[in-house]
Amino acid sequence: MSETTSLLSARNISKAFPGVQALSNVCLDLSAGEVLAVVGENGAGKSTLMKILGGVYRPDAGEIRLDGRLVEFHSVAQAQQLGVALIHQELNLAENLDIAGNVFLGREPTSGGLFRLIHPRIYAEAENILAPLGLTISPRTRVGDLSIGQQQLVEIGRALALNARIIIMDEPTSSLTQRETDRLFEVIRDLKQAGIGVLYISHRLQEIERIADRVVVLRDGQYVGELRGEEIEHEAMVRMMVGRELKQFFHRTREETVQPPRTLLEGKNLRWLPKQKRGASFSLAAGEIVGLAGLMGAGRTELAEAIFGIRPLLDGEIYLEGRRLVPASPSEAIAAGIMLLPEDRRLQGLVLPASVKDNVVLASLMELSKARLVDRRREADVAEDMCRRLNIRTPSIYQTVALLSGGNQQKVALAKWLCRQPRVLLLDEPTRGVDVGAKTEIYALMDQLAREGMAILMISSDLEEILGMSDRVYVMYEGRLTGELKRSELSEEAVMRLATGGDSD
Amino acid sequence: MSIGSVVGFTAVVFASLLRGDPWPWPLDFLPHPAWTPALAVFAVLALGAVIGLINGCLVTKLHLQPFVVTLCGLFIYRGAARWFADDKVRGLGVEFETMRYILYGNRIFLGLPMSLVILLLLAAVATVFLHLSVYGRYFFAIGSNERAAAYSGIVTDRYKILAYTLCSTLAAAFGILYLAQENSVQPSSTGNFLELYAIGGAVLGGCSLRGGEGTVVGILIGTAILWVLPNLSNMLGIRSQLEHTVIGAALLAGAILDEWLHRPGPSLFDPLKKLLGRTNPS
Repeated sequence: MSETTSLLSARNISKAFPGVQALSNVCLDLSAGEVLAVVGENGAGKSTLMKILGGVYRPDAGEIRLDGRLVEFHSVAQAQQLGVALIHQELNLAENLDIAGNVFLGREPTSGGLFRLIHPRIYAEAENILAPLGLTISPRTRVGDLSIGQQQLVEIGRALALNARIIIMDEPTSSLTQRETDRLFEVIRDLKQAGIGVLYISHRLQEIERIADRVVVLRDGQYVGELRGEEIEHEAMVRMMVGRELKQFFHRTREETVQPPRTLLEGKNLRWLPKQKRGASFSLAAGEIVGLAGLMGAGRTELAEAIFGIRPLLDGEIYLEGRRLVPASPSEAIAAGIMLLPEDRRLQGLVLPASVKDNVVLASLMELSKARLVDRRREADVAEDMCRRLNIRTPSIYQTVALLSGGNQQKVALAKWLCRQPRVLLLDEPTRGVDVGAKTEIYALMDQLAREGMAILMISSDLEEILGMSDRVYVMYEGRLTGELKRSELSEEAVMRLATGGDSD
Repeated sequence: MSIGSVVGFTAVVFASLLRGDPWPWPLDFLPHPAWTPALAVFAVLALGAVIGLINGCLVTKLHLQPFVVTLCGLFIYRGAARWFADDKVRGLGVEFETMRYILYGNRIFLGLPMSLVILLLLAAVATVFLHLSVYGRYFFAIGSNERAAAYSGIVTDRYKILAYTLCSTLAAAFGILYLAQENSVQPSSTGNFLELYAIGGAVLGGCSLRGGEGTVVGILIGTAILWVLPNLSNMLGIRSQLEHTVIGAALLAGAILDEWLHRPGPSLFDPLKKLLGRTNPS
């Protein structure tokens, strides 16, 4: 593709966030009337790239050209003005306004001079824009009353009202039904006909096979290659998305045990998401680290929360050492020895303004108290002990947790549970946003805990981590348990195939 | 938001029970003996507890917004006070001298006024509860990050209901003390704005309105300042019409100062900080 014909051309885009190089020297071209898909694992840099092209982030380096002309986006508004519209995964609509109000939000045609009254012609104009997209309901309908699929069409209508020539869609189908997805694809084909360039991000490789003219693959923030036409095929994409050697900082001691593993936790025909049709069964044995792999939104966090009693279990039975357990609340799960290290430690795992000590003892206050009065001496002893054991680097146990590094915060969140001697530990993304040093320590700790007989379920979107630490792996896709891989069957390709909805074989 | 009305309502009920006033319509057919002071105190405290329990359940079980629930309470209990007293001033006259002497009599305990003794007693209990007990720690955790508290196995709903119940029970206790001291309740106005004074006192004493911060001592100091300020401004020769303005200005100054001291990063106050020789932590 020559420079002159490309509608959008990004050259050597780089972007770093604290602790991560999200993108390095990524190049990408898009021509008019083309659907370009960008694929990659979680954290490969797709969303960052889209946000840079949509004006949300500014790149650290690199240049963007529109029609060959060098541009710099300082804001979303400016990108829109230049004809680039970004449709986020979580739609950004004002639910309380009507359809027309949303389509023209911020650019309402006005009359009435100083009073800037909104001109009623927005309704007719909104209708003109939306009807070709197949959204034929009254533009006076409140957007909050629309289905997600219809809202998506309103977002696209908004992009068209902006005269966008490039529309970026980030996971547009993640909450759509099959029918709505089909409808969206028809709309995308129409957009193509109209000469609009579409950048399409999705985890769903089957959809990409259907809709994309060209696919760019990113891995670890780098461009690894592209596929076009006939080459666009599930296996080929997976091969390009993974494929790298494992780094050697995983500590998993594996001893060949003679005795068969003792099952601690067992789930039978569990359903925990409304969209699940069939129940899923799994088991966790003492001394085992089991990985739960899948892409974001596959329903893994929700499973852990259901076991921990935070979200209701819709169907199925949980057994702990063969005894039926109905975890109706976290306090009951904790009492039974099941504990969850939540996905978002800042929101769910820690009381950030409180001290290291207060966080460490938060879940054991009753146990450490005498007659319901806190015993400061014992609390301090426990906290000091945990800081030593987990190597939590803090000036003192009275330091505010918010001021610690991500890795040390995560260790504090873990320490909170280790005080309660869990038998089953559910770890949700235990090393997300954690520096390499602390990661290694967390892996070593997991290994040690497993050897002491704890059962660990590790949810992770990091394939290396899944492969490096797990004795066994379950894979989820779209609320379904798509497969179980034994140690000997583990490979990046196998996990990725199951995680993107491919068949297990 | 509703404690001022709860104070008014409970004070009216307390006076009516002690005097054996007839029940309001449509309960006016019921017998209305005069209650003994001990029984009446207990009943009124229980009334406060029930009000708090209702508020707490509405917030936790029906997931209503706390502000809305208590704002409704502000209207409902004010109306209830006027209904209960038939909109007439209620007082004890010259009866119940002993009870009033016990609850309000001057200098009967170590030479201190009884109301101060009660205040210190309550403050001591509150200190133990909030700063030394497990429950207090739960309150702080829930106030700082409710989700993290829930994920730590704390049954947050239970403690939130407890907080509302304690709050309204204490408001009822104030209603009792108020009647003992003033001996007269105006159903339509007694306790008006008290909720705002309570919030103001807490904020002035270092509590965060976002929750999870504050000390009993701080609240005592804050509330004391709030009550003393009008007198102070009077003595300084500021007209008493301006008393509310003075209180508001003091609160605002406190809030601005707090923002200045706590907010990291560049702020409007940087020139002032430079002037005072303070450097930014970040």
